[in-house]
This record gives sequence, C-alpha cells and structure tokens, in this order.
Amino acid sequence: MKQGVISKVAGPLVIAEKMHGSKMYDVVKVGELKLMGEIIELKQDRASIQVYEDTAGIGVGEPVYPTYQPLSVELGPGLLQTIYDGTQRPLDRIKEMTGDTITRGIDVPPLDREKKWEFKPVASPGDQVDPGDVLGTVQETTLVLHKIMVPPGVKGKVKKVEQGSFTIEQTIAILETDQGNKEINMIQKWPVRQGRPYVKQLMPSEPLITGQRVIDTLFPVAKGGTACIPGPFGSGKTVVQHQLAKWSDAQIVVYIGCGERGNEMTDVLMEFPELTDPRSGEPLMMRTVLIANTSNMPVAAREASVYTGITIAEYFRDMGYSVALMADSTSRWAEAMREISGRLEEMPGDEGYPAYLSSRIASFYERAGRTICLGKDRREGALTAIGAVSPPGGDLSDPVVQSTLRVVKVFWSLEDKLAYQRHFPAISWLRSYSLYNRALEDYFNEEIADDFVKLKNQAIRILEEEDELQEIVRLVGLDALSPPDRLTMEIARSIRQDFLYQNAFHEIDTFASIQKQYKLLSLIIHLHEMCKWGLERKISIQDMFNIDAIERISRARYLTEDKIDQIDQIKDEIDQQIKALYEAKTTRGGSK
Amino acid sequence: MKVRTEYKSITSISGPLVLIERVHEVKYEELVEFVLQDGSTRRGKVLEVHEDKALVQVFEGTTGLDVENTAGVFKGRGIELSLSPDIQGRVFDGLGFPKDDGPPVIPKIRKDINGAPINPFARDYPNEFIQTGISTIDGLNTLVRGQKLPIFSGSGLPHNEMAAQIARQANVLGSQEEFAVVFGAMGITYEESEFFIQDFRRTGALDRAVLFMNLADDPVVERIATPRTALTAAEYLAFDLGKQVLVILTDMTNYCEALRQVSAARKEIPGRRGYPGYLYTDLATVYERAGRIKDKKGSITMIPILTMPEDDKTHPIPDLTGYITEGQMILSRPLYRKGVNPPVDVQQSLSRLKDKGIGEGKTREDHADLFNQLFAAYTRGKEAAELAVILGEAALSELDQKYLKFSEYFEDQYISQKFDDDRDIEYTLNLGWELLSVFPRVELRRVRDEFLDKYFEKNKAEEKAV
Repeated sequence: MKQGVISKVAGPLVIAEKMHGSKMYDVVKVGELKLMGEIIELKQDRASIQVYEDTAGIGVGEPVYPTYQPLSVELGPGLLQTIYDGTQRPLDRIKEMTGDTITRGIDVPPLDREKKWEFKPVASPGDQVDPGDVLGTVQETTLVLHKIMVPPGVKGKVKKVEQGSFTIEQTIAILETDQGNKEINMIQKWPVRQGRPYVKQLMPSEPLITGQRVIDTLFPVAKGGTACIPGPFGSGKTVVQHQLAKWSDAQIVVYIGCGERGNEMTDVLMEFPELTDPRSGEPLMMRTVLIANTSNMPVAAREASVYTGITIAEYFRDMGYSVALMADSTSRWAEAMREISGRLEEMPGDEGYPAYLSSRIASFYERAGRTICLGKDRREGALTAIGAVSPPGGDLSDPVVQSTLRVVKVFWSLEDKLAYQRHFPAISWLRSYSLYNRALEDYFNEEIADDFVKLKNQAIRILEEEDELQEIVRLVGLDALSPPDRLTMEIARSIRQDFLYQNAFHEIDTFASIQKQYKLLSLIIHLHEMCKWGLERKISIQDMFNIDAIERISRARYLTEDKIDQIDQIKDEIDQQIKALYEAKTTRGGSK
Repeated sequence: MKVRTEYKSITSISGPLVLIERVHEVKYEELVEFVLQDGSTRRGKVLEVHEDKALVQVFEGTTGLDVENTAGVFKGRGIELSLSPDIQGRVFDGLGFPKDDGPPVIPKIRKDINGAPINPFARDYPNEFIQTGISTIDGLNTLVRGQKLPIFSGSGLPHNEMAAQIARQANVLGSQEEFAVVFGAMGITYEESEFFIQDFRRTGALDRAVLFMNLADDPVVERIATPRTALTAAEYLAFDLGKQVLVILTDMTNYCEALRQVSAARKEIPGRRGYPGYLYTDLATVYERAGRIKDKKGSITMIPILTMPEDDKTHPIPDLTGYITEGQMILSRPLYRKGVNPPVDVQQSLSRLKDKGIGEGKTREDHADLFNQLFAAYTRGKEAAELAVILGEAALSELDQKYLKFSEYFEDQYISQKFDDDRDIEYTLNLGWELLSVFPRVELRRVRDEFLDKYFEKNKAEEKAV
C-alpha cells in the first residue's frame, strides 16, 4: 500500500511527504496509531494535515496512509438518539470499547451494522426512479419515519424491492441502471463539506414555533431560516439553545456542541429522554441527533463537527422534514479555523482569524433553507440553522459576530445586564431583530389572531418608549413624569416581567404555546387600554395597579395550557375592578 | 529496555526553548531529560518536531544550559506522575517531585499528566448539592459535586480566605463520604501558600490534602505543568480511590502568563493581548477535567482562582475561563470597601448548575423561587440606591425605599459572613425569608403561592409577634 512519511508535527498539524496522488480534503490515517486526519494544503507531494485526534507521541518518520476519500458521514437508520463526536464516531459505542476516556485511533462505524430494521417498501418493481425517490420506509423511532431514498446520482428501473427485517448493509432493492444492476442498501455516504442537492429553494413563510415568548412573538425565526445568538458568558446562550432544541416544533433536531462544556452535553443526554414533546407526547430524544465535540477534545475535530451536523440535518431535510440545527458555539469553530490557519502560517485577517472566515460562515448558513427536495413527490423540507456566538468580552464588533450578522436574518442579542437582573431569556428587546417579521405577518394574522401583529407592534412601541423615559427618570425621578408616561412605564414593566421573562426551569413556564403567548400579550395590552380609560377619568395609577387582577396577571404565565381560557376572564376582572374604582370615586365625589 | 541516545547536538537556546538537531524518532510531547555539565538534570517537553530537529520547552528554566556540554535524552514517553494513596498529606513541586522532607513516592501507578478527555457519554451529571456554609454560594450560586466554579478576584481582595473557607467547610448533606483536597499553586507568593498550609494544618485538612507548589520564585514554565500534575493526582484520588476531591488552583493568571511567555518565545502569531490563539483550548484541557463519571463513586469539583488584571472581566483570562467553567463567583472591590466580606458581587456571580442541585430532597422545595426573588429584590434595591444618590432618598417611592432598605440588610446580613461562620442551608434559606418579610406579599411575584403560604406567612406572623 502506498504511504506518506511524516516530516513535521506541531500540535494538531502534521506535515507529510510523498503524498503524491492525494487530493485536497482527503481523509488520511496518521502515524502508527492511525489517527484520523484531513489534508488541508498540498504543495507538490507535501501535504499539510489537520489531525482530528491528539497528536502526542507521533513522530517524524511515521507513515501516513491515504484513503483517497473526502471526509464523509454515513447516513441511514440509526442516526437518531445517537451521540457522535465531531467526525461522526458514536460516543456510546466508544465508551463500550474503551471506557470512560476517549482513546485514540479507534475506528468505529457510525451506524450500527448488526441492528435489523423493519423495511416497508413504497416503490414497486417496474417503477422508474430518480434520485430522492422513496424506495421504502423504516420506523426508526416512534416519532420519525425514516425514508430510504434513491441516493443522489443514481437512477433506473426498480427490478426488485424487499420487505422485512434487514440490517443497513443488506440489499433492500435492486435497480436496473445504465451501468447495469445496482444494489441499494440503507446507507448513504456523503462528503460533509458539500451541500446535498435539492430541486430548488423557496422563501420561508412559516414560523418555527419555539414556545419562547420573546422569540415567537417579538423576533420569530422562520422554518428554513437562520438566526444567531451572540452574548457574553453567563448571559444564557446555552439555555436558550437547549430551550429551542427542546420545544421547537421541528420534526428533527440536530444539536452540535462545538467546543463547549462536557457537562452540558451530559445534561442534554440525561434530560432529553425524560422530556416529552408537547405535541406528540413522545420523548424528545426520539427526534434528536447529538454531536459533541467538547472543548477538551481535539481542536481540528471541532472544525469538522459543524459540517458533520449540517450534513446529517440536510439528509433529514431531504426526506421532507422540518429540521432545526443548533450549533453551540460557532465561535469555537472559528477559533479552530484560526488555530489551524496560524499553524499553517497563513497571513491573518481580523483578530488573527483567517481571511476566509466570513466566506466559510456564510456558506455554512447558506446550507439552511426551505427547499423542494429531490424526488417525484416534490416534498418540501426545511432546515433552520441557529448558531450561538461567544464573542470575547461580549463585544459585538468581534469578527465572528460581524461575519455572522451579515448572513443571518434573525439576531437575538443577549445582554449580560439583563442576565445580572436575572431577566431570562436575556434577549434584548431593543437591539434584537428579525427580518422575517414581514414574511410571517400573514401567518400570524391568519393562523393565530387577526390583531396579533398589531398587539406585538404596540408592545414594541411601549418598550421603546420606556427606554426613552428611563433617561428622564434617571435625571429627574419617576415623580416628574406625567401620568400617561408613568402608565407607559408600568405597562412596560408588566410586559417585561409578565411576558418577556420566562423561567426555563419552571415546569409550566418553560414552554408557552403561541395561543397562550397571544392571550398573555393581549391581556397586558388590555390592561393598558383600561388604565388609559381610567386615567381619563382621573383615577390614580397607584390605585389601578393595586387592584387584585394585577397579581393574577403576574401569575397568568403559570397557567397550564388547558387553562389558558382563564386569561380572558382576567380581562373581565380588570374591567370590573377599574370600573369599580371609578364608581367609588364618583359616589365619593357626589357625597361631598 | 531500549538504550536511549544522548544527544549533544543542541544548536540554540532561547528563553525557555531549546533546539536539538540531528535527532531520530522523536515524538511530539515526548519527555526530554537534560544532563548538565555539573551532573544536574532538567526536564522538558517536545513542542514541535520537524525533520531531524526537535524544539523542546524546558520546565525548570534554561539557566546553566549550554550548547556544547549539555546532553538531551528523549525518554520515549510523556510526562508522568507517580501515584499511590500515600500522596495525601504531602507537598510536591509543580512537576510532582517531593518538596517536603518526605521520601519519594513509591508508585502504585504512573499516569500521563495530560490525561485523556472524558467521553461526554461517560459523564454523569453534577447534581449533588455541596454545602459550603457560605450563604452567597449555598443560597444563590449553589455549588454541586463535579462542577468547576472559579473565583474571579482582583489583587488585594480576600479570595484566598474564601477558598480556604470553602475547602474547610465543604461537605455533602447527610453523607459520610471521604473528602480530599488537591491544591495547585502557580506563581503565588510564599506568604499566600503558607496561609493555605497553615489553615489546612489548623483544621486538620492537611492530612487529606495533596499540595503542588510552584511559588513565585520557582521556574515559570513549570507552571504550565502544575495544574495538570495536580489534576492527575485528583483523578487518581477520585476515580481510582473513590474520593470526593476538591481542587483549588491558584492563580490561573500566572499560569496563562507562563503560556504567553512560551508562545512569545516561539514567535507565534499572538491573539488578544499577546496571549496565544489556543488559550481557550489550553484552558479547556485543564478545566474540563472536573466532573463525575457514571458508575464511579468519586468526583472532581474545581475552584480555580484568578486575579483579573485591573478588575477587568473582559480580559482574555477571565473571559475565556467564564466560557468554559460552569459559572463564576466575582469579588467586588466596591463591596469590599464598604466592609462587606466576603465581597461577592451577587449580581454578576452565577452558578450554572445550581438548578440541578437544589430543590426538594436536595436543599428545600422553595429554594429556586426564593433565590429568584432575592435576586430580583436586590437588583431593584440597587437601582433604587442609584436613584437615591441623584435625587435623595426622600424622592423615592415608599416601595422603592423598602427595596433600598432590603438591599442594605441583604449586604449586611446575607452576603457578609465571618471567616469561620459555617451556616447550614436551612439557616441560609430562612435568612432569605426573614429579609423578604419587609415586603407586601404581592411584590413577591417570583414565588409560587404554596411557598408563600408556607414560608412567607410564617415569617410575617413571627415579625408581627415580635
């Protein structure tokens, strides 16, 4: 077998000679230990290799074995409920093989080769099939029907299609193609750095409902859209990402822990099987794929992990599912690029990041979208990508934040100031934006309530006014404000505390259906209207905010989903109690 | 055993780095032993191999090394630490050699100090409450077993006292588990290290402690190995011997500066403030060694201490640390000046794992709601205090005056605590309710009705009775 020879080892970068015949981004096996690596630079027959495993103990003169294959993932039944490392090695099976720590150089197939799946054919012999056409299905988990599709680049006439229990390596169909008979099994391989093909892209038109009030109501992300969450440490990026992974109404969730804490991945692993999907009642783990490359795992694999994740997500999108991908955190991915770039002695750009940083980020997010998938049924799939960004010191001028903001359409800005006040999610209502607002207006007005967008705009205006008034208050005190302005302050406080604030660790408050969100907001805006009515009749704000209904408003978010109609009753209470104040005032005034 | 070649082919020595040429079969990260002309030895680690050249970082400094007579021997393995149960009660240097007068450790086992990353699938989630006896930690930023919770401090602030108090008082409710303390000192002064040793000795903690000391006048590059040596010992105690280990690392700022020094000597492209671009990854390989492992009895809980240059939280060292650790305790100079001690900045401090370690069966059912309410009230009190500075206290509404009073009591009674005051969790929780009793019930929006009925009304009633 042909092999190269190592001439230099510097951290995760290895340089090998005699690599003639290898191509860029080919996978190679490095050293006696056969560590996995990828070629990232070629100069004549000298290759620079980023190694996905720790290179301690590797020396000059050791062999490098080319595979002549690009870095690829295996796609097929068995992906769901699995936790992979950045290069799609299953961490659960690695633990079985090597114990509590990750040993180097182990080669484990990503998908279980032994397990038998119940294959039900969809296509019949004689059918003419093209890439993306569904040959049959496998019920992979109780939540997900896994569609076995004709791989890209293959077409022909179905000669035979099986039915029954098969492993993923067994043939389930035979196609007659121009190149002769082709046996199809349930595995597809796909290079991670290349997007999977689709027919065409569509404009997003439907929101991804996440159950988080500040997101769904104020700054919604569309299915097939892109969003980013930048924020300093401690502002709750990961909690927001976890909340999205838990409660989003996506059919598949791919969660990439890229260079983050090990305990966070454990949290997901322990918690998701316990949590049930509010829509189907099944454990959330049934629809989830996890990719964990924690911060102490090798840096180069971190770079690969986001690509591994998005390729798996695309595969499920191709089945016609709505997929949500969370990457926490893309800054660690960018730092991995920087580290490798530095070792290659490339000319650095901003903050030492490589000059290709923003083009890499842009092309990653561009793999999201709402698409017509390959296949005769022209099914529609959507891939929503949500990336956390961890800028140093929370400084938004960081190159990773700026490159990301140029491509993503939704910006949820986390502020440490809010986090210190324990206002969670600490998403700033002044700085964040969603460019999908207009595209989703029709959906909200038609599907939820015809005044949804109106209420939301009112709420945003009140919050903006509050911000201006704060300036005045800071200078001259609350008492100097006119009663209508004081009312605005009080209502804004109510919007912040009773609507935007959401406790992720409270069993009920953690998720709010969009109907509940609408009712809550409508309740607060109703209070505003009634108080304005009262102010015109010279009732003091203090009296109005002392009515019993105020406490009920502050507790309305703890109502379970089956009791949200009670929120409308609170409106009646507000009416009655404020009117009672007015009556008391007029009778008192009359008796004088 | 294979005979190891002695290379006398050193071609350059610069700062902590030595370049040896015409070497064969040298491995990345291999241990190198230098034999000086006077027969003394130094240790180093291979940073880079390129064709027949090896770049070596010398831990004990390059003073006394020369190009002609010094010989380097490549040992064919990484840096290892000798371990046995007898390491408890001993003092070592940063590379794990005895620094007290005791005998060398007779190894039961030798472990590479770099460890190997814990498989995330093998980790067990930290969710067991550790009572530290300090209200600001137990009540508001609960520490759990297997967590890494740093103390961000500044020069002249009492972080050492706080760390010593935690080391002395930490225990798990109602358990008879064996505790051990591993202490890694990097570049701290003799006085600081003596403070810890004396305190450990006074309270009998020294017998269950292992100390790794790299003091301010010890070799700088050795500091890069010190936390790894300490953590290797901790892993042995926790996962081989089944003990609950508390690791205190101080001062991480000195550690990072040592890294920067080596990076500068290698002429690497610097990242922010001259620190190397891989500082995050490097720190992660230290911090991420804390944790619990499924089906293992022991655990590693880590409290790294770092002094923030100019009290600046956005400096790369605290910044990157905060991104890796599960929260942070921040000490505040203004509070310290006010006489609040320990001066924990409650608003900026955070324990990310607290929600898993509290509640019924762990601390008490009302704990989560209570701390949310305490935070909210304290924050509003601080806002009121700011207003009062501009407008005078009289200009505040009656309610805001209550909040202002509350925040003062809170700092005075809840945050402030004596160095030897060991408060149990019941005491801390009840103290919270006591302080909240100044408010009308409707103000306590973050607490569930059932807990208000049970705890708040009781305190109100008691207050009336008094």
